[in-house]
Amino acid sequence: MKKVVLILAFIGLLVVIAVGTLSQKETDSTTLMKLKEKYSKKEKPSVDHSKFTVLQQKFKSPQEVTKACESCHNMTAHQVMNSNHWNWEREEYVQGRGVIYLGKRNAINNFCIGTKGNEESCAKCHIGYGMDSKGKIYTDPNNIDCLVCHDNSETYAKAPEKGGAPLTTLDFNKIAESVGKPKRSNCGVCHFYGGGGNNVKHGDLEMSMFEPTKEIDIHMATDGMNLQCVDCHTTDQHNIAGKVYSLSSMSHNRNTCEQCHTATPHEDDILNEHTLKVACQTCHIPTYAKANATKMYWDWSTAGKLKNGEPYVEEDSMGNHAYMSIKGSFVWKKNVKPDYIWFNGTASHYLEGDKIQDTTKPLVLNQLHGSYADDESKIVPVKIHIAKQPYDPINRILIQPKLFAEEKGEGAFWKDFNWKTSAEVGMKDAGLPFSGKVSFIKTEMYWPVNHMVASKENTVKCNECHTRNDSRLAGLKDFYMPGRDYSSLVDTAGKWLIILSLIGIAFHATFRIIASRKLKKEVTK
Amino acid sequence: MSKKQVYIYKSFERFWHWMQAILIFFLGFTGFEIHGTYTFFGFRDAVRYHNFAAYIFIGLIVFAIFWHLTTGEYKQYIPTFQNIKAQLDYYIFGIFRNAPHPTKKSVLSKLNPLQKITYFGLKILVIPVSVTSGLLYMFYRYPTKHGVEAINIQTLEFIAIFHTIAAIMLIAFIITHLYLITTGETVTSNLKAMLTGFEELEDEHKEEKNDESKLSTQNLD
Repeated sequence: MKKVVLILAFIGLLVVIAVGTLSQKETDSTTLMKLKEKYSKKEKPSVDHSKFTVLQQKFKSPQEVTKACESCHNMTAHQVMNSNHWNWEREEYVQGRGVIYLGKRNAINNFCIGTKGNEESCAKCHIGYGMDSKGKIYTDPNNIDCLVCHDNSETYAKAPEKGGAPLTTLDFNKIAESVGKPKRSNCGVCHFYGGGGNNVKHGDLEMSMFEPTKEIDIHMATDGMNLQCVDCHTTDQHNIAGKVYSLSSMSHNRNTCEQCHTATPHEDDILNEHTLKVACQTCHIPTYAKANATKMYWDWSTAGKLKNGEPYVEEDSMGNHAYMSIKGSFVWKKNVKPDYIWFNGTASHYLEGDKIQDTTKPLVLNQLHGSYADDESKIVPVKIHIAKQPYDPINRILIQPKLFAEEKGEGAFWKDFNWKTSAEVGMKDAGLPFSGKVSFIKTEMYWPVNHMVASKENTVKCNECHTRNDSRLAGLKDFYMPGRDYSSLVDTAGKWLIILSLIGIAFHATFRIIASRKLKKEVTK
Repeated sequence: MSKKQVYIYKSFERFWHWMQAILIFFLGFTGFEIHGTYTFFGFRDAVRYHNFAAYIFIGLIVFAIFWHLTTGEYKQYIPTFQNIKAQLDYYIFGIFRNAPHPTKKSVLSKLNPLQKITYFGLKILVIPVSVTSGLLYMFYRYPTKHGVEAINIQTLEFIAIFHTIAAIMLIAFIITHLYLITTGETVTSNLKAMLTGFEELEDEHKEEKNDESKLSTQNLD
């Protein structure tokens, strides 16, 4: 009896331990969230710019405002003029290429292709005034556009196709007196609309992020912590932390989740171990383009169709451009599950003039490096944007067409709709050879997805990757993952071992029953 | 020869056996969910339960090894090739003719030669492979991280496959085991023995047996 009690007590103890260890130990998230929200309140600015007399003068041009800024911030101009926001290029080391200067200046993307020859239009997103059609670097510090980043009145706006100049109707005094730390609206006005429209490029940066809800982005949610871009993208002497690999090559000056959250933020050790090989974003951004669709496919080859001699636009069911005579056909998608790749923080890029090695395969414009075997690599979510864009099949280089011009007849595709002449003019501007033939090639760009972080309740679940069917990581085949992978030899052999055992047992048992009946009959006889 | 109730399985032995049975069943059930064979608890909970049960299983193994060594019971499992053929013949022919068991079960020799070989194989091969690969699975570190160079293994693949093989062997064993326990004197006599500790055995040496049962009753409480 005593023993039974002991055994029962022991089993009881095991049950208690099991319940204790296995039951979820979740801290009350609402309290924690409230604390975070409370302490993420922004500090008050240390100066009130509206009190400065230099800003109360009647401004006639934006350059005068810049001059006024620099009269106090007299060491700042060179910081800005050394930044990649100003230069549109960074010094980068690329394996096999050495040190290069890479940026909007010389990279080819698979949206509007490139800035060369189109600077007056593209400069709407340059932090300066008066970029001319040659895109020359101006040295006059009065051409710095302080306001596009520092306007806190939310009234500043740049004029289209004027080389970066603002609208002429603005109240510069109101704007200049409002200046302060950049807000989401300052960054978003360019970064949300890159590629010629809302959410064309990133997928995770678009106009819903001006005032996002918690469903869109847990960090920046206006009903939550309400973080601004610069709270994470901290800035030292106008050099902003973080960058996107459409234009970057080195694992340097990156902005990471770990800077706030550490590399082991989970209570669960198994989850913490994942961070060695899995980036935070992979689980914490289950989908991107949550509010508005993002462009997934851009086919330049269909561009140029006209109706009654005029360019036209067609829309898809979501109201996005499905066809534009000036740009071609598009495919947009909303609530997109990212693709996943290994990434070690380095990338190589197709630069203008690079020979295309294999024209039968899609040309990757920014190859993100990484593999399972590489210690620095982690699995990251990406948006893969596919395009069909013009290339010269004889010289085997991508064509930088002249797209934008004020007038017809200058060879610009957006006015004349002729690939040959726009290629000819564009390639001449870029100083590149052109054979006279225009063909189209499939190109791909990889955009790491870093924003639109979900609340922790809505993260990717274990079995979305650890599953044999339709795993999110089905495309990453260079490693063994429990739940997804197995040895088909072992599984098949094991299955047959068990089936044959059962069959053997069934036969043996049947014979035993028959034999024992026979014996019984004999005994009764 | 007369029959007598003999106390053949000690209380720890029975406790160990049934705990092991429950744990192996539970580990197998959660393990094959992790393997991707089916879905029941959900992947995350299956992993948590599996790891928890694994630690208990390892604890049980430590106690069992201690018990076997201190009581000398490990000698029961030293394989012998004597009577193997006779035992096989029994399962293939004799059992259908109601022939007697070729080996006598006694307190000092509880296992027949086939059991000895099978259990020995489980103890020195299948369970160690299972536990070792399981521990490596749990404490596996990606190359050059976490500093312990010795367990920087390039890939989980071999660990996982060995763990799966051991699990399949255990399942095949359990299936066969569950059937073979019905081949005792009666269909349920082996099961009853493992539950109560007592089994009706042929009483070869009456006096010794008396002593022994006395001893065992003293041990009882």
